Amino acid sequence: MTQQTYRKMWETLDLDLDAHDGLLEVLGKFYGDIYLSQQGRLAGAEYLDFVLSEIHGLRILELREAQAAGRKIVGTFCVFVPEEITIAADAIQVGLCAGAEAGTEQAEQIIPRNTCALIKSFVGFKMAKICPFTESCDIVIGETTCDGKKKAYEAFNELTPTYVMEVPQTKSKAALELWKSEIRRYIAKIEEVTGNTITAEKLKHGIEIANAKRRVLQRLTKLRAASPAPISGRDALLINQISFYDDPERFTTKMNELCDELETRIAGGQGVVDKNTPRLLLSGCPMAVPNWKLPYVTESAGAVIVGEESCIGTRNFRDLVDESGTTLDEMIDALAERYMQIDCACFTPNTERLENVTALAKDMRADGVIHYSLLFCQPYSHEAMKVDKALQDQGIPMISIETDYSMEDVEQLKTRIEAFVETLE
Amino acid sequence: MIAGIDIGSRSMELVVLENGTPVHSRTLPTTFDPLSQCEELLDGIKPSAVVGTGYGRELVKKILERLHPQCPVSTVTEIKAHALGAVHWFPEARAVLDIGGQDTKAMSIKDGRVLKFEMNDRCAAGTGKFLEYTAGVFQIPVDEFGAYALKGDKAPDISAMCTVFAETEATSLMAQGHRPENIALGLHKSIVKRTRNMLGRVGLSSPLVFTGGVAKNPCVLSLLKKELGAKARLLVPDEPDMTGALGAALSALA
Ligand code: SF4
Ligand code: SF4
Repeated sequence: MTQQTYRKMWETLDLDLDAHDGLLEVLGKFYGDIYLSQQGRLAGAEYLDFVLSEIHGLRILELREAQAAGRKIVGTFCVFVPEEITIAADAIQVGLCAGAEAGTEQAEQIIPRNTCALIKSFVGFKMAKICPFTESCDIVIGETTCDGKKKAYEAFNELTPTYVMEVPQTKSKAALELWKSEIRRYIAKIEEVTGNTITAEKLKHGIEIANAKRRVLQRLTKLRAASPAPISGRDALLINQISFYDDPERFTTKMNELCDELETRIAGGQGVVDKNTPRLLLSGCPMAVPNWKLPYVTESAGAVIVGEESCIGTRNFRDLVDESGTTLDEMIDALAERYMQIDCACFTPNTERLENVTALAKDMRADGVIHYSLLFCQPYSHEAMKVDKALQDQGIPMISIETDYSMEDVEQLKTRIEAFVETLE
Repeated sequence: MIAGIDIGSRSMELVVLENGTPVHSRTLPTTFDPLSQCEELLDGIKPSAVVGTGYGRELVKKILERLHPQCPVSTVTEIKAHALGAVHWFPEARAVLDIGGQDTKAMSIKDGRVLKFEMNDRCAAGTGKFLEYTAGVFQIPVDEFGAYALKGDKAPDISAMCTVFAETEATSLMAQGHRPENIALGLHKSIVKRTRNMLGRVGLSSPLVFTGGVAKNPCVLSLLKKELGAKARLLVPDEPDMTGALGAALSALA
């Protein structure tokens, strides 16, 4: 595809072409510095490089072609929106990433300044018209998780049609029932948007595709428990990020190939770092493309990241949907149960997360944990303290980092992470 | 001869070790040209190894490449450097508090190893910068600000955490007729309160070694003693601002 075709497409999407060029330039530079500079990468990383280089090109073209053929594009911001249903309705679900500082001034006209960077970014992307994914969406699905997002969706709805799912706040029986009814309400909505009826057979298909994607990500996690670490944390994070916007079946195939390669590496005792490199688990808020700041600082400080306990990480794939259901009702129950296992900090209480983080740190043989919360994120900043205590009880050191997308604190982050790594050596 | 160099935002320090003991130390302001300053700092020194620490630790590598390309250079963070330095003076130390020009760090240590640490974030609240800035409002040299504040007897509450707002608050307290010495005391108190919280988060062990330039401020010192209570032991080395450079040099021996 030529650059010209892409420009035309971006024009059709009504992007602000100058601002968009600026974004692509930053993205390209970051990617070069943070990814392409790595030594001893996997052959399978070629797929990652390709997908990323075509993030606003080929993938958008695919989406546009699908749209021209009558399929609908659904944009989401949270792992609570059931992709199984979107797939069953023959629509395409994409995660709207929101990992860059862009359009902040515009966003601050409609949302308060003390809002987390992720929310500011998705509102900013929309207002500055620089995200072709956002602009391609036929519908955006929000959810009632944290207060910041809840209120932001009200503002967002004025810019683009936003449908909000009611995610419960607790894990009670009543909450499960509420979530089941919300899944049914989403089915009705997506049927209306697409004009397709969701049958048991189609939903089964949707469940299989989503589970297959989760299984390959689980496989990757297991392989990363090997020492020396067979893949960098940066590449693994990118894989998790790409899982939100590439075609799910292609993604699964490519990632299984990459895992095969990893197995060979591990069998040969090969790693991206040497055996004595401190191993760290990241835990906390999701890191969306191109928010690679902390992983980059961490891996430049002589450590390697072996897992991401976040929604762009294990929270997205740890639990599978039970596949034994045959009727629509049974499948909806299975879906609801699976989603209600997500240990998001927006729930109260959320003690499962403490157990899950500790178990993951042990499984991944992590020497320490970096807890990451975005500035102004109440749910995860609160839990940082609880996670710290839970890990301390198990003798696992943790450092709590609070930051955003700006680069002004990079030097301080470096010092803190390096000092943390020093304490582990 | 091992040299430790600590490049901070306000000043840079050099400590030279011979057979594990400090034999020479020196300090210079960082200015806007840290490279030349650091070169001057090293004037006449022929080290066999150099360790850089502090905010400008990467600069040390650059300078050595130019001055002594054969000399091995490494870096450690100021956290580790302060722990090593503090333990050198006081082997019994269980915690270190360092208040420097641009950041404040608190750490708990055991057998010279850092167990847990906290640092202020990008904001200057509670650091040496805060005192420097507010001393400017009183037109008093920062080195005399502590003694000045000790003349106060009734500190008004200063609630602003932000350096800029604290200035505004101080100005409006003056307008309300508070004695300037008391306001100065209030400003010192606000630093100590912040520091105490940070120490609390790493576990407030004793004896606590107080390092960094601000450890020379008599008002901060006396308020901190009061805040920590009679049971806690607070230790200050003779040259608290040299602790980072000393620790850096010592790290080459480990
Ligand atoms: S952290 Fe919570 S709100 Fe955010 S994406 Fe995950 S589940 Fe959704
Ligand atoms: S990072 Fe925190 S504040 Fe931001 S959207 Fe997620 S849960 Fe909400």
